[in-house]
Amino acid sequence: MKDSLVSEYRKIVTTRTWWVLLIVMVGYMAFMGAAMAFAFSFDGAEVTGASGEAVPMDTTTAATTVYTLPSTFGYALPLLVGLLSVTSEFRHRTLTPTLLAQPDRNRFVVSKLVASIPMGVLYGVLGTLATVGAGALAFVVNDTATGLDDGAVWGVIARTALALTVWCVVGVGLGFAMPNQVVAIVVVLAFTQFVEPIARLVLGLNDALAPAGKFLPGAAGEAISGGSFYSATGAGDLLGPAAGAAVLVGYAVVLALLGRFTTLKRDIT
Amino acid sequence: MPPDATHAIEVSHLTKTFGQVRAVDDLSFTVRPGRVTGFLGPNGAGKTTTLRMLLGLVQPTAGTATIGGRRYTDLDRPMQTVGAALEAADFHPGRTALDHLRVFAPQAGVPDRRAHEVLDLVGLSGAAKRRVGGFSLGMRQRLALATTLLGDPPVLLLDEPANGLDPEGIRWLRDLLRALAAQGRTVLVSSHVLSEVQQTVDDVVIIAGGRLVHASTLAELSGLAEPRVRVASPDAAALDALVARAGWQRAADGTAGGAGGVGGVGGVAELVGTDVATVGHAAFAAGLELHELATHGVGLEDVFLRLTAPAPARGAHAGAPAAAPTAAGGAR
Ligand SMILES: Nc1ncnc2c1ncn2[C@@H]1O[C@H](COP(=O)(O)OP(=O)(O)OP(=O)(O)O)[C@@H](O)[C@H]1O
Ligand SMILES: [Mg+2]
Repeated sequence: MKDSLVSEYRKIVTTRTWWVLLIVMVGYMAFMGAAMAFAFSFDGAEVTGASGEAVPMDTTTAATTVYTLPSTFGYALPLLVGLLSVTSEFRHRTLTPTLLAQPDRNRFVVSKLVASIPMGVLYGVLGTLATVGAGALAFVVNDTATGLDDGAVWGVIARTALALTVWCVVGVGLGFAMPNQVVAIVVVLAFTQFVEPIARLVLGLNDALAPAGKFLPGAAGEAISGGSFYSATGAGDLLGPAAGAAVLVGYAVVLALLGRFTTLKRDIT
Repeated sequence: MPPDATHAIEVSHLTKTFGQVRAVDDLSFTVRPGRVTGFLGPNGAGKTTTLRMLLGLVQPTAGTATIGGRRYTDLDRPMQTVGAALEAADFHPGRTALDHLRVFAPQAGVPDRRAHEVLDLVGLSGAAKRRVGGFSLGMRQRLALATTLLGDPPVLLLDEPANGLDPEGIRWLRDLLRALAAQGRTVLVSSHVLSEVQQTVDDVVIIAGGRLVHASTLAELSGLAEPRVRVASPDAAALDALVARAGWQRAADGTAGGAGGVGGVGGVAELVGTDVATVGHAAFAAGLELHELATHGVGLEDVFLRLTAPAPARGAHAGAPAAAPTAAGGAR
């Protein structure tokens, strides 16, 4: 089992995907952090809520909203890294040597899931630090408080990194459920950029359906951070951090199980 | 794991159907340690499917396949027991040869240093740091072979390993496989051409249409290559009459009787089941002038083609010789 973990980890770090996407992640998050921090620190210091009214924003809220941007906008990248670690085995037909080395398909799935965690941590830490660094710099430039002297803010930052880590594992689960790389990438982009944001907005407008929106994966990821862009703009409320983590891990596990009993049930020819 | 006599491969009543296609059909054979066994059959015969079942990648419809008495999926650290490379070995194109081996080293239970050793062994040291995406077919075959050797396994299963190798590479592969078998390892190599492995193998297992058609030592297979008597006479009609009178059997794929002899006139006959002395004596007694009388063997390749020919043709051509070993094949 440990051998498989090491092998799976080595697979991720011996191709270019991980660092190419990591550079994209860091660049994108630094840009988003700086841009949002500038926007929030201009006079008004308020944001426009979903229903159009102005929501007053104190400096801590502004800071945490910026620092949690990775769990709102950046999670697609660790998700993709996890996803590609699985779909590339199908795309390049390396599943045969992989299963020759580890014929126990349960252990193989678990190894893939667990081996993605270090990569998820790396994305989480660097992606979040890029946002915090660029965002704090922008706050300083605009003479706004960075909030970094507040321990609670650091808690939010740490949990944001954790959210990205879990997203990487979700990517692995999704890869098993959807091994066709092109299909999987299209689904990820469509779902994260389009389907879920709209679904959350629509569900949030209806009092009866609003609770369901909390269980969407993106909402669960944001819940891990605790407080984020969408909730600051009033688009539905979130679960607690622990519950959010449980829901998102649940997605990873359910998707992986789905893949185990469909994709990996079949003959490998 | 040091090779020992317990690492035989046992395939028993193995069957696999893919929808309507019966890819492997009640196949039984044994592969012995210390020998190189050729696993032969034409395209689509079911070789790769059999190997995949042996390796736990494809679930058999019926039957069992074991290595040293155990199913592949029950082996602990299988790369230390079985080194397997299936046809069209696939690699991640973005990974270097060395990294490819380093990925599998933990599961083979070997230190990273071993990756360099096997690269050396297959002559790829110079390309260790190159991405596999840029490798030629022959280089990929060598890397696949290096992967199988990583865990120093007592059993090797190689699907068409000579594909894409240059003549020098084929000779090198032959020597390597012979050396591995000499160390007591079980070596099974598949191929769709007998001549490719003829100089490498000790035993042959031949399948066609998913069924076993022959299993024996290579020497016994050579025994099936009957010598033929070639006889030419300027008098085609008299030659035909003599052949008919004596009841000699013409080789089915031999030169047809009648015209076409030496210098374009006369007749030629290729006969099986007789010898030059008999034919010569009968011709002398009949007063028939002969211009050629010689024995020549048919190539093993002809035997192979005859054994693996589609069913109706096989019955017509070979009859008894093809059928007898079929029955004995599984019980060797
Ligand atoms: N996944 C599959 N689905 C359907 N049919 C298959 C599948 N895999 C193999 N077959 C069929 O099973 C038969 C045996 O194929 P197999 O690949 O085992 O032959 P082979 O002996 O390895 O041939 P070759 O020398 O061409 O490699 C063929 O008729 C093939 O079409
Ligand atoms: Mg094949």
